[in-house]
Amino acid sequence: MANAIEVRGLVKRYDALAAVDGIDFDVPEGSVFAFLGPNGAGKTTTTEMLEGLRRRTSGDIRVLGLDPWTDGRELHRQIGVIPQEFHFFAKVTPKEAIAYYGRLFDKQPDPDALLDQVQLTDKADSRFDTLSGGQKQKLGLALSLVDEPRVCFLDEPTTGLDPHARRAIWNVVRDLRRDGRTVFLTTHYLEEAELLADQVAIINHGRIVAHGTPQEIIETYGGPERLRVQGSSELAEYVRQRLGIPVRFESGRLEIALREKGDALRILSAIDASGFPWTGFATERDTLEEVFVHLVGQMDEGVLKSAAPTVEGTP
Amino acid sequence: MNPRRIGGDLSIVAHGYLRNPVALFFSLIFPVILILLFGLIFASTGATTVTLYAQDFDHSSTSVAFLRALNETHLVQVQVVGASVGNLSTYLGQNGDSAGLVIPQGFGQNFTAHRPVKVILYTNPQDAASAGAAAGALQGVISAFNLEAACGGNSSGNCTPIIGASSLNVGSPTYSYIDYLVPGLIGFSILTSPMFSMVDVTASYRQDGLFRQLSLTPLTRGEWLASRFIWYTMLTFASAALMLVIGSAIFGAHVTFGIWLVPFLIVGPLFFVSLGMLAGTVSRTPETAAVVGNVITFPMMFLAGTFFPVSSFSPGLQLVAKALPLYYVIDGMNQVLLFNNIPRAIGDLTVVLIGAVIVFGLAIYFFKWRDE
Repeated sequence: MANAIEVRGLVKRYDALAAVDGIDFDVPEGSVFAFLGPNGAGKTTTTEMLEGLRRRTSGDIRVLGLDPWTDGRELHRQIGVIPQEFHFFAKVTPKEAIAYYGRLFDKQPDPDALLDQVQLTDKADSRFDTLSGGQKQKLGLALSLVDEPRVCFLDEPTTGLDPHARRAIWNVVRDLRRDGRTVFLTTHYLEEAELLADQVAIINHGRIVAHGTPQEIIETYGGPERLRVQGSSELAEYVRQRLGIPVRFESGRLEIALREKGDALRILSAIDASGFPWTGFATERDTLEEVFVHLVGQMDEGVLKSAAPTVEGTP
Repeated sequence: MNPRRIGGDLSIVAHGYLRNPVALFFSLIFPVILILLFGLIFASTGATTVTLYAQDFDHSSTSVAFLRALNETHLVQVQVVGASVGNLSTYLGQNGDSAGLVIPQGFGQNFTAHRPVKVILYTNPQDAASAGAAAGALQGVISAFNLEAACGGNSSGNCTPIIGASSLNVGSPTYSYIDYLVPGLIGFSILTSPMFSMVDVTASYRQDGLFRQLSLTPLTRGEWLASRFIWYTMLTFASAALMLVIGSAIFGAHVTFGIWLVPFLIVGPLFFVSLGMLAGTVSRTPETAAVVGNVITFPMMFLAGTFFPVSSFSPGLQLVAKALPLYYVIDGMNQVLLFNNIPRAIGDLTVVLIGAVIVFGLAIYFFKWRDE
């Protein structure tokens, strides 16, 4: 599969500060790529360089084979962008806004269909300055789709949206992917990335610290799978002595790390045979959010001094 | 330049403007209120008073009566100066005064004997307003004296004029305050609508990232500016039409529409749209931009002849006025609408056009869609 986006050795410096410090990644065409990182990590700077809004210091970027800075006008006819905080002309309605973008891009969009797609039909004739933050973001998304883009850059598109509206945006992202479009998504919501993205890159202090599918990142950087059982401290002590393994006990719950798949059956047999009362059990593993917090925390504490090895893979 | 994109952007500007009562008020309604207000206030005082320096070499009862009659027109206020000031023309020039009258020796005798006699009117060609007022007053008084002396007050008789004036080069009727107010308030619209709006729009769109967003569309900076320029030109035409109609219909302003008014209604907005954009571009925040905009706009609003003719200012203030671009817009429109002095109007237009080209160039140079 061809790459929609290719980034090599990308650097953005502001005097002595390297906001983006030599990053590399590819985004295959037709995939959803989530770009994660804490505030100030370099996400928006990178995104804006990809969109052609910010000039890079060094390195190379190709979006659909074009240099975003020098070939911006040609590129902008093939991409859609929704910025972090979408602003528009205060007195203009969503319907008029779509018609306006249609004239700018020389397209004939169907305002009703686009507004329906982002679930904004009921506000079609309301002026922009009367819309809520979430509704404004939805309009931004609708406008980014007017030119039928091959690549969509969505910079925190669901920030501040209620759960219902967030799901509406997720559906749009899924629709875009289904239509073969590439989506470059930055988000603060890790479960959003886990749900939507084919590939994830985590950036911190201007460097990519993890890169791969959500599953690969969890497996590489997350803790082992765990068995959780509701029970007493006596039961915890019993398992510890009987099986000779570490058991974490907290608030009436035992938590035991699983080193291999068969461990769960062995431990549950021992618990059942103990004679102590116990109830529901479940196995679980780190979420992407937990891995993210762990990785970023390690980096901030200086544990990860250099860019971590990346996990290569495709969904 | 793509007309479809400019049209699209223009419709967005129009929607925004027509739905913004404040913007509409200041663009169209406020100047109407001003013309009504100033028109009513100054209607009772009648015409503008111009100081007319008179050198009376005759000192006869006739010359004194002649000067008193001039005073009573309320168009001029006669200020008698003695022979000691020397040549009146030089005196006027040195003092920055615009109108003077010389009554020659023998004026009274000749008038009584029904022999032709001429008074000399000095006017400053740079100050057509004062010249028009002085000439209008003088013509009126001369006519009255001639009528009284030659025809015995009976205009139907065969009357030969006795008194003449040697330099009545502005053949206009009496100019009243409202006559100056019409072009002045058209100038007010040309200045304020684009300046206040463009300064704010440029600074706040940049802060909100709206320009960056527009940079992701095929719309160019030139097209964006063109749609703004077209919109403010349309507003200026609407405002000018309102001023001309209200000034003439309600207050009887002596303004005559001339085709040379049109270039002022185009080049004026071009200048101030560009200046507003430039001020908004070089300011870091919308708040700073508002201050910069006000610093530029307010002195011009009051000193460029908007509400009062520049000729009524002190000489120092007149110099300041002539350094302001709006002065040339308003003076040019005065020349077209009041004095039909087209060569001078073209001179004013040239100044505004050169200024507009420079400011437009600077605005485009400094105005960026995205971060370089």
